[in-house]
Amino acid sequence: MTVIDKGISDFTSEGAQEMLPRQVAGGVEVLREVGSVLRLSEADAAVLADREDDAQTTILNMGPQHPSTHGVLRLMIELDGETVIRVKPVVGYLHTGMEKTGEELTYVQGATNNTRMDYLAPISNEMAYCLAAEKLLGVELPERAVWIRMLLAEVGRIISHVTFLATNGMDIAAISMMLYGFREREELLRFMEMVTGLRMNHNFIRVGGTAADLPDGWEARLTTILDNTERRLEEYDILMTNQPIWQERLQGVGTITTEEALALGVTGPILRSTGYAWDLRKDMPYLAYDQVDFDVIVGQYGDCFDRYAIRLNEIRESIRICRQVMKRMPHGDYRVQDKKVTPPPRARIDESMEALIHHFKLFTEGIKVPEGEAYVGIESPRGELGCYMVSDGTGKPWRMRTRPPSYIHLQCLPHMMHRGVIADAVAVISSVDPILGEVDR
Amino acid sequence: MADETPAVDTADEAAIDATPAPEELHGAPVSYSRGQKVLHVAREQLTDTVAKLRDDSYLQCLDVTAVDYLGYPSPRELPESITPERFELVVTLISHQRAERIRLRVQVPESDTTVDTLFTLHPGTEAMEREVFDMFGITFTGHPDLTRVLMPEDWEGHPLRKDYAVGRIPVQFKGAPSR
Repeated sequence: MTVIDKGISDFTSEGAQEMLPRQVAGGVEVLREVGSVLRLSEADAAVLADREDDAQTTILNMGPQHPSTHGVLRLMIELDGETVIRVKPVVGYLHTGMEKTGEELTYVQGATNNTRMDYLAPISNEMAYCLAAEKLLGVELPERAVWIRMLLAEVGRIISHVTFLATNGMDIAAISMMLYGFREREELLRFMEMVTGLRMNHNFIRVGGTAADLPDGWEARLTTILDNTERRLEEYDILMTNQPIWQERLQGVGTITTEEALALGVTGPILRSTGYAWDLRKDMPYLAYDQVDFDVIVGQYGDCFDRYAIRLNEIRESIRICRQVMKRMPHGDYRVQDKKVTPPPRARIDESMEALIHHFKLFTEGIKVPEGEAYVGIESPRGELGCYMVSDGTGKPWRMRTRPPSYIHLQCLPHMMHRGVIADAVAVISSVDPILGEVDR
Repeated sequence: MADETPAVDTADEAAIDATPAPEELHGAPVSYSRGQKVLHVAREQLTDTVAKLRDDSYLQCLDVTAVDYLGYPSPRELPESITPERFELVVTLISHQRAERIRLRVQVPESDTTVDTLFTLHPGTEAMEREVFDMFGITFTGHPDLTRVLMPEDWEGHPLRKDYAVGRIPVQFKGAPSR
């Protein structure tokens, strides 16, 4: 953390994107005090804007290089003593123009790009992209592809949530949880590596199905891992959930109400922590989520503890879904049998001229997607991950927009931190679980 | 809510006459894209329509984004009353009660890229509108903090516009003559 003085801000200037001192900013800017966007009534606001005790407040720069900001998030925090008054997230340090890149890549290549956005839940990103493209194509997926996707998405959710448990523990000085969380993650990543060939950024879900079938022995491997994980969740309950220090540290910290969450566009575990049962898997089912049995976990107080407990219990629900998928995994194709969408198998290229042409066309020009536009939203571990795709009839999307839940959730940081102490800020950032790769894209 | 009932009646009568009248919602034509409901709103009507939709259970604004149709190869499928313009602002709303999304497509001309902000109705659009401003140069009247968000402050141009070229880095191959 660096206290801003003139010398430092010369090197780190982001111009108008930064938070200005109270007397310089004035007007609506000072209303950030009541949350970056949620504001008080006119009368209340006028009282706040007139505060004269500027000399006592300090603007503190937290990040972009700070271990608890989960990447390169920079928070400018105005402090009155130890109390947080205004917060402004400054983002964009990781911006690599992925939406622009997405317009340059064909539908065959596109998932490779998208999978790198939310690097803790790459499967969800690929899936949103592919579902949007498939919506435009109007293809019906074979059943096995649907269930493979569902299985991987749920394993991906467990990976993301155990990583949350790990980093959340580390941020609040429960270092042992960090070790345990990453241990779980490693085991699950090894399963992902077995299935997709890569630990992260799998590029396994493709337009029209998946890249490959599940390997032999996946069931035995997954059963062991799920059993282990489930048993260890009980240990985490003892280690963390029921532990007085942990409860004291998180309960009542960084609260948000349902109305505020809805107004701020918040989805996923943060919305559910306010007691609002909204889960796209349940309420607007996609893939085959309407055929599996699971519960939507909701909280009550909208505080950091609820957000922790929801994620912990969502792991249990994901394990339940995985077991059902394992039991009911249908046989058949893992890719749609449409020559204009799915490349032919390698062996066919040697014997069929047509297969060779299709292979060449698909990999040079991409899949021809009819003109139109479509939006697909799925429940990623963080919330509603949407993909809005416009096609002009060629092999590349005209516009590929990803609705990043983390980017939108950052808006509730100022609101959650307001009038809290600076030490709780770390717990709040952690409980929002922002992934900066997705924020900046 | 009140103005919906006559609209349904006219639609029914039109069906009997076998000349289907275009479906309308809050005075804006409705179309369906791959089964998804799309509302084509005039630029001036955007905030009013979003306010009416909010009263009509569309409580959350999921997404605000834009599309640049400069050089789009073929005419877009739009209702007859809508003139296509270069930019299109796309707003996605969700109704949890009905479990459905609705998409608002607003035509924004190149000559005047200003739209009224949705911030007063859905505060969560702050970051998304900033991003649209940053990437497309569409300004939102009444937005509290319209600055660049992903690009550096002194950046020139708006990257997601179609007349903004993709950056390229020359690939250096070992032994190849350098350009």
